[in-house]
Amino acid sequence: MAIKQIGKSLKARENQLSNTFYQLQVLNGKEATESKFPSFTEKVKAIGLFPLKPSGIEIFQLNIGKLCNQTCAHCHVDAGPDRKEENMGKKELEQCLEIIAAVPSIHTVDITGGAPEMNPHFRWFVQECRKLNKKVIDRCNLTIIVANPKFNDLPQFLAEHKVEVVSSLPAISKLRTDSQRGDGVFEDSIKALQMLNEVGYGKDDSGLILNLVHNPQGAYLPGGQAELEAEFKRQLKRKFNIVFNNLFAITNLPISRFLEYLLASGNYESYMEKLLEAYNPSTVKSLMCRNTISVSWDGYLYDCDFNQMLDLKVATKSSNHISNFDIEQLNKRDIILNQHCYGCTAGAGSSCGGEIS
Amino acid sequence: MSNSTNYFNPEDLKKFGNITAFQEAMGKKFFDWYGEVFKEGALTAREKSLIALAVAHTVQCPYCIDAYSTDCLAKGADEEQMMEAVHVAAAIKGGATLVYGVQMMNHVKDQSM
Repeated sequence: MAIKQIGKSLKARENQLSNTFYQLQVLNGKEATESKFPSFTEKVKAIGLFPLKPSGIEIFQLNIGKLCNQTCAHCHVDAGPDRKEENMGKKELEQCLEIIAAVPSIHTVDITGGAPEMNPHFRWFVQECRKLNKKVIDRCNLTIIVANPKFNDLPQFLAEHKVEVVSSLPAISKLRTDSQRGDGVFEDSIKALQMLNEVGYGKDDSGLILNLVHNPQGAYLPGGQAELEAEFKRQLKRKFNIVFNNLFAITNLPISRFLEYLLASGNYESYMEKLLEAYNPSTVKSLMCRNTISVSWDGYLYDCDFNQMLDLKVATKSSNHISNFDIEQLNKRDIILNQHCYGCTAGAGSSCGGEIS
Repeated sequence: MSNSTNYFNPEDLKKFGNITAFQEAMGKKFFDWYGEVFKEGALTAREKSLIALAVAHTVQCPYCIDAYSTDCLAKGADEEQMMEAVHVAAAIKGGATLVYGVQMMNHVKDQSM
């Protein structure tokens, strides 16, 4: 069934939060709120890890476009069907391939969006990465598989190239899933998961990895990942005969459309308090920004996908784009920190691979 | 001195830990025990949170209802499960009232021809 969109992107609505400078002002207590929370940078200084340095680039994460068939209420990318202009072209993808081939420490290519499969070069790019013998992750929103007949064979394509699939399914509840992602998303997601299972994804010994992402559907932090995984496995098997490998519990960071929700619902300050109360210094050493480089659709480099969405480019000005990529400089860079980083250090920590401690 | 004119202030929940200020040893023991109770054991942490939510309704503790509504969601429970837990609590409360009906009936029989 067709998904009923929750709304339009911040950009299409000309919402002031589509301005990243404004978002940073809110986070730093200069706009929309009178509260100023302790500086994240000071917290990192207090444990002797400032400036935070990379441990070496292992994961090359590309956000190949903001175009998506969904307009989720919490999307940190501000993606949606109306974001048709920001999609990576073939020239930039070729430049990325040159980097991936030239840097042996990069073992994983992590492709995200938007719905990355909507980029016309997606399949070609996946094939080229696999020829380089790199692990490829597709961050798939699931519903794209059933959104249009031209995407119906995605499970076969992904299986054929042994792509690891990481898919969002916030809850095993139609009400809770659709309230975050749009009416009809839950049913389409279940259909897509069954199609992925049919070609072997999530099944023992198939070698085809299907991981799910759970994130809270409101102003609270995720519970323990192991227990959530057990519950998701039990319920998905019982209700829909669906199997998967691992569940990643990911904290919502207070940026973009989730920040809009927090401000509009009056939950911003209490959410920041929750993140601060749950601050866990032992997570800092394992933050994903230490082993990842994030690339935007137009080729700029960032410490992570969240910094990308706040337009906080890497600190190395002479190596801040795929056209001037210098692994030695990047491995020595100072990672850019700001108040949203509290989202990755709360509780057991949070990354694109779920808990980190 | 507290300026509050309300008996229930959601902000007070954040100060729960302060009860140790007046009796440290007992407070500390309580919180240690409380933490142990809610760890995963024979029951999962999610099941314990749903039980806590149900009990919160029977003892009509607004602090506990706020806290365990959030905790249930965080642990992956959904609205249907949470409302079923509240119905379990309500059924026991209703049943506990109604079962006294037997006592009432016994007394009526004793007092009647």
